[in-house]
Amino acid sequence: MRVLKALIAVVALILVALVVAQVPGGQSLLGIVLPYLAFAIFLGGFIYKVVEWARSPVPFRIPTTCGQENSLPWIKQNKLDCPSTKAGVVGRMALEILLFRSLFRNTRASIHDGPKLAYGSNKWLWLFALLFHYSFLVIVLRHMRLFTDPVASFILPLEFIDGFLEVGATTIYQSSFILLAAVTFLFLRRLVRPYLRYISLPADYFPLLLIFAIGLSGILMRHVFRTDVVTVKELAVGLATFSPSINGEIGVIFFVHIFLVSVLMAYFPFSKLMHLGGIFMSPTRNMANNNRMVHHVNPWNDPKIKPHTYAAYEDEFREFMVDAGLPVEKELPAAAPEEKVPAAEETTDK
Amino acid sequence: MADTKAAEMKLKVVREPSLMTGAVPTHNWWDVEAIFKPGNYCYPAKKSIAEYHGKNLPGLFGEPRDWEVESDDWKLPENWKEIIINGIKERLDKFRSLRIFMDCCVRCGACADKCHFFLGTGDPKNMPVLRAELFRSVYRNDFTLAGKILGEIAGARPMTFKVLKEWFMYFYQCTECRRCSVFCPYGIDTAEVTMMGRELLHLVGVNTNWILEPAANSNRTGNHLGLQPHTFKENAEFLLDDIEEATGVRLQNLNFNRKGAEVLFVIPSADVFADPGIFTFMGYILLFEHIGLDYTISTYSSEGGNFGLFTNNQLMKKLNGKMYAEAKRLGVKWILGGECGHMWRVVHQYMGTMNGPPDFLETPRSPITGTVFENAASTKMVHISEFTADLIKNNRLKIDKSRNDHRVVTYHDSCNTARGMGLMEEPRYILNSVCNNYYEMPENTIREKTFCCGSGTGLNTGEIMDLRMRAGLPRANAVKYVAERHGVNMLSCVCAIDRATLLTLNTYWNPEVAVCGVSELVGNALIMEGEKKRETDLRAEPLAGMEG
Repeated sequence: MRVLKALIAVVALILVALVVAQVPGGQSLLGIVLPYLAFAIFLGGFIYKVVEWARSPVPFRIPTTCGQENSLPWIKQNKLDCPSTKAGVVGRMALEILLFRSLFRNTRASIHDGPKLAYGSNKWLWLFALLFHYSFLVIVLRHMRLFTDPVASFILPLEFIDGFLEVGATTIYQSSFILLAAVTFLFLRRLVRPYLRYISLPADYFPLLLIFAIGLSGILMRHVFRTDVVTVKELAVGLATFSPSINGEIGVIFFVHIFLVSVLMAYFPFSKLMHLGGIFMSPTRNMANNNRMVHHVNPWNDPKIKPHTYAAYEDEFREFMVDAGLPVEKELPAAAPEEKVPAAEETTDK
Repeated sequence: MADTKAAEMKLKVVREPSLMTGAVPTHNWWDVEAIFKPGNYCYPAKKSIAEYHGKNLPGLFGEPRDWEVESDDWKLPENWKEIIINGIKERLDKFRSLRIFMDCCVRCGACADKCHFFLGTGDPKNMPVLRAELFRSVYRNDFTLAGKILGEIAGARPMTFKVLKEWFMYFYQCTECRRCSVFCPYGIDTAEVTMMGRELLHLVGVNTNWILEPAANSNRTGNHLGLQPHTFKENAEFLLDDIEEATGVRLQNLNFNRKGAEVLFVIPSADVFADPGIFTFMGYILLFEHIGLDYTISTYSSEGGNFGLFTNNQLMKKLNGKMYAEAKRLGVKWILGGECGHMWRVVHQYMGTMNGPPDFLETPRSPITGTVFENAASTKMVHISEFTADLIKNNRLKIDKSRNDHRVVTYHDSCNTARGMGLMEEPRYILNSVCNNYYEMPENTIREKTFCCGSGTGLNTGEIMDLRMRAGLPRANAVKYVAERHGVNMLSCVCAIDRATLLTLNTYWNPEVAVCGVSELVGNALIMEGEKKRETDLRAEPLAGMEG
């Protein structure tokens, strides 16, 4: 079972963290060395991947046109789904990146007696994907409070909105729970829908389970096994200012949390999570559909590839052409040559 | 005709256990082998044809040989794996699209039930995501760190004969229609993946005759049917008789290879060859006569449809190059293109880049209305629907809509003009101007969500008829819906492959619905100077009120 492989991997990672956190020096390894290493891998790997993509040219302008193109002035163009200008492309990309425009189109097909095909609206994936990505973003931004001293100004209003459901002494941030709910949906969806189970690889379950474990360990740290926030903040600011130290007891759960986050960062550039970068560079979405208006250059266009020439064509068929009254460049020679109709394979362009 | 009768197929597509009908596959997809049997594959190219292409474009079409798909010995070159892997490397370095599409898929499954091949067959490997995984798994194995270290856990597998067979099967059960790419959150375009897959297959000489022979014909005779210049001309001129019979008017302006014409008109060659394309052709030339257009048709560049598109970008470029070469030779001002889907994918998205810019041409300007087609300022080629819509908008056509009253019309967006161009409103504007009875098919089956005819990219060959009827089911089903609801009896389109394949498809699934090009309906409605009282349409079928 592919899901089992992913589950075993995540459980093993948690166990590793639990054990290493107990051995001497282990906490420095988990809290300082590995986060630095993982961040370096994340940054380096991400940049490497993007540069690798960017080094391959875009030989052809191949936008997927999802609406009416720019045509006659009185025909209404769909400027967002079929943009012909840079501004339109920015709009299309913004819709795609911020609102998951294409996923919003999703339908679900079914076949019935008749045969009859039906396509129902199906926006659950869009909804939960949005919830997942935005809660993840909010959580990452919220964590910046730990790394900045004084706390960066944008965080307080964010926290206020995120934590308006204040229950008891500890603020409850909805984003944490929305994240867990969304991850759970995305995970169960893969297990329950047969075609998704069929296409899912360990590499699909693993990040979901890993992020679930990260979220859960975070929530546990905040609400169940209380962690010393002051020490954590000291460590985080230390990491951010390149003078990290662990001055006191933090609690094992913290080390599980930060280790899993490190794993996620290091795993990121080598996995499908790179869709974060790829979505900006997908040629079917980030190119204007101005194909016939503006010349597009292919750097490896081969000028040596030429069409079968008209001259060769006329040479082969001149007699027939003259007979049929078609104009020719060269008249027939006085003495008609032997009649011959070469087959395709007998003439080449060499 | 198809091996399976429609009545039986109706039950099969719904009842046969498949991923589409709710059955759960029992084996991992990589453990399921592609098994070829009569009816599920296209015949390989004749040795002589492969040789012809190999001589013109050395190295791209593998070792010419006779081979059999059902055999376990495809007579591949000894180092075929190396050729494929090197070919992947080369293409990763040449196409950013390929790199990104290999790396970014998250297997969210949004594309899964968007493919007409999947909807009609229920075969899991026809889900676009799995079709691409057939390629991606090899990519991971040889080009990614995770794949090299983790192997199968990372979804990687080495290139083997088994994989090659899957490629041949499923890259030829994809019509590169791009419907999945509309729904993909990252715009991953299976057409790109399939194109690369087919390019690689050609490198090791794995090919189909139905693509390579028409491509060879196009190169040599100018058109995929292999019509030689005199035959092409005769076929076209023969239609003048039919026009005269229907309208009482003998057209004077049809001409070929004429230097100094203002406009070069390029059509899919099937439009002078087969029913119902010939009626579309009659529509074109009636229109040109009606407005007095100074045009010519070339026998040398007598094919719009580009069969190179189905093989590799080099052959696509080579075949496409004729259009500009001929425009230059004849000294025309600009090019007008007929109703053809793949031609327009190439003209719109590839031609300028591959063979342009054509500085010897002028920005297209309609000599009748004065409209300048700014949207074609660089490529200098205008679609007949753009041209006709402009004429109608400017009241330059005398139209009698009632001459199409015997038709209840719907419109099929060709995949290429819809998703590779964005031509959607022009044909609808024309149809609404020349017909009184027009109805749209359901929203999820038209415009950018249109369904392929099921036989594009060189798959409209007889040996895979069952597959084609399955793949065309989503389209046919939408036609059936409007046929039952509104009495639609005419499926119009702007694509020559559609005109051929939708006819077969409708004969199978919706025998009451005929197929036509948009220009045919224009031709019916045009009031020609000096015409007789019109009793029949261009098909010699009685007009409404003229029956019996």
